[in-house]
Amino acid sequence: MKRMRGGRTLAAVGALLSLAAAPEKDELKLGFIKLTDCAPLVLAKELGYFEDEDLYVTLEAQANWKILLDRVISGELDGAHMLAGQPIGATLGIGTQAHVVTGFSMDLNGNAITVSNDVWKRMQAAQPALAAEKPPHPISAAALRPVVEEFQAAGQPLRMGMVFPLSTHNYELRYWLAAGGIHPGLYTASDATGTTDADVLISVTPPPQMPATLEQGTIQGYCVGEPWNQQAVAKGIGVPVITDLEIWKNNPEKVFGVSAQWAERNPETHVRLVKALIRAGQWLDATPENRHTAVKILARPEYVGADASVIANSMTGTFEYEKGDRRELPDFNVFFRDHATYPYYSDGVWYLTQMRRWGQIGEAKSDAWYDETIRRVYKPEIWRAAAERLIAEGKLGPSDVPETDGYAPKDDGFIDGVAYDGRAPNAYLRSLAIGQKD
Amino acid sequence: MGEPRTWLIKLGAPLLAFALFLALWATAAARIQTSIGALPGPMQVVEAGRSLVADHRAERVKAAEFEARMAAKREAALAAGETWKERRYTGSPTFPDQIATSLATVFTGFLFASLVALPLGVLCGTSSTVYAALNPLIQLFRPVSPLAWLPIVMILVSALSTSGEPLFEKAFLSSAITVALCSLWPTLVNTALGVASVERDHLNVARVLRLSWAVRVRKIVIPSALPWIFTGLRLSLGVGWMVLIAAEMLAQNPGLGKFVWDMFQNGSSETLARIMVAVFTIGSIGFALDRIMVLLQRAVSHDVRAT
Repeated sequence: MKRMRGGRTLAAVGALLSLAAAPEKDELKLGFIKLTDCAPLVLAKELGYFEDEDLYVTLEAQANWKILLDRVISGELDGAHMLAGQPIGATLGIGTQAHVVTGFSMDLNGNAITVSNDVWKRMQAAQPALAAEKPPHPISAAALRPVVEEFQAAGQPLRMGMVFPLSTHNYELRYWLAAGGIHPGLYTASDATGTTDADVLISVTPPPQMPATLEQGTIQGYCVGEPWNQQAVAKGIGVPVITDLEIWKNNPEKVFGVSAQWAERNPETHVRLVKALIRAGQWLDATPENRHTAVKILARPEYVGADASVIANSMTGTFEYEKGDRRELPDFNVFFRDHATYPYYSDGVWYLTQMRRWGQIGEAKSDAWYDETIRRVYKPEIWRAAAERLIAEGKLGPSDVPETDGYAPKDDGFIDGVAYDGRAPNAYLRSLAIGQKD
Repeated sequence: MGEPRTWLIKLGAPLLAFALFLALWATAAARIQTSIGALPGPMQVVEAGRSLVADHRAERVKAAEFEARMAAKREAALAAGETWKERRYTGSPTFPDQIATSLATVFTGFLFASLVALPLGVLCGTSSTVYAALNPLIQLFRPVSPLAWLPIVMILVSALSTSGEPLFEKAFLSSAITVALCSLWPTLVNTALGVASVERDHLNVARVLRLSWAVRVRKIVIPSALPWIFTGLRLSLGVGWMVLIAAEMLAQNPGLGKFVWDMFQNGSSETLARIMVAVFTIGSIGFALDRIMVLLQRAVSHDVRAT
């Protein structure tokens, strides 16, 4: 069975290779959100990789994830930097309904969870080991549990922010809390805010407003991408307690998404785009000097636009937890290593399991459903066609292409040690302590 | 001896007020700390303006390099006997580019609005029946904020422009239509009022001369209603300009509004100064547009009192 599937993929690759014709559409407009992980798009343009593919690309910053998705669906954008959960959620009709696909993972990791100074002090009081100058990491949410109970006893549940219901941040925050025995709440048919049975109330706050909302005391913690965790340290208003790399090592974070209709009409253009993006990722991970160059380019006002010193904090391999507690974290942003750009089915299935775990998917589904659904959204065959051409051009080594049928091997890089196998989503759901079991 | 004194007041008073404003701003700015640094004073804003011009120049250099690369590619393609397609440079729009986009959008919207409002206004002014029929609708839609129209317009534009290569970009159309919807009303109401208040005597003369309706409107009604109409057009263009900035910010359509929003999202140490450059630019352009309308009004209606 598996061999047949591989054969079909090879045939598809052959077909795509043989028709290396002109791109169907050569003037493209791609959207992005002002976050450091839009780097592959920006670098592919600035380094001329798009032009090498005869693609003439305009990059346009978007106001928020919803507008970005709507514009990809309406065709105003040819494609965009997306949260990994967005193409899956849209295809399933959670929020906006539209068939969106991806053939390229943009990066791994890049987020962190920050708590307010007050919560951090209470965590230290409950667990003296945390009061050390360099406390041991990773910090389990079990250390937060006594604080959650204090808040509950005072009649005011602890509140935390994340950026979007379908965002990696939502699932990472929930995973971390649940792994420490704290119930983050369920989405139900009548509860779209996801706070049923919650010990901690989680709500949506736009990334740039996170530090201000924390400072005002509306929330006591948040999960967000950079530079917003480092800014809490810089302003002295909060302490990042854990990075997402420590919650799930090398978790897939953003993808390059296009509408299914666009992908169908522009197969050659799609492969060429992915070719350019793979090269940009490769360049970003090639040397530390490249990262410094990238920081300068990203700091331009038309791209991320934040001050270069702030962007450099997370892009160049270090991370500051408490003020002065700066540690080496070379894997905080990964753009190419460890086959980072390959869109594994198992990456997508993990998001599906979390959507089911927290009730965004309303009913139990079979393992076969998970497989069928993710094949509608994740298109590793596009990535493979692009990679084969890059190998033929001598720009990529054969070892840069993973040997896989689309699923990554069983992964045990989670904070709670629960292993994840994308081929058995229901067994995985049953192995997690809190949340829906099937 | 009154002459020099009036000149002194006319020129000196505004200059003094402006100088006072700058001084107040400079002292206040230094004292206000925000999460992204101190509020910029006048000098920092001038500096930010310079850096925007420098950005524009740098982008033009990149465009020239692009043209050179394309020329080389074309040579190669033609030498190999392949067909060659001309390509536009696809860099990011600079501040002057955004100004040009905003101006094009506001004039398109203003044109749409005038094409609808002027004939409708004349109709309302000449016929009390038409006026009675339309008045409730006008009163109902006139006070609606552009922000309420915008989502409806965006969805309609997306639904109606289904052809592969539409004439205009969707973003451009939805901004222009929103501008039109909001800037329609001053022209419409003023034209109707102006036409309705044409002196009875003039109309009586027309009746005696047995002028047709069309000639009557052209020769008598419009000339005497012109000052009203122009006041309406002036107000419309002013409203349109204000609406446009809001529409661009909210819908992320290219233009000055998007520039302001993008800078806001950057949250860098240059953000506030750059936004202030945009504020002064928006103000100056609004002022210039108003002056142009006054000049037109004077030229067309010989109404020297217009200010």
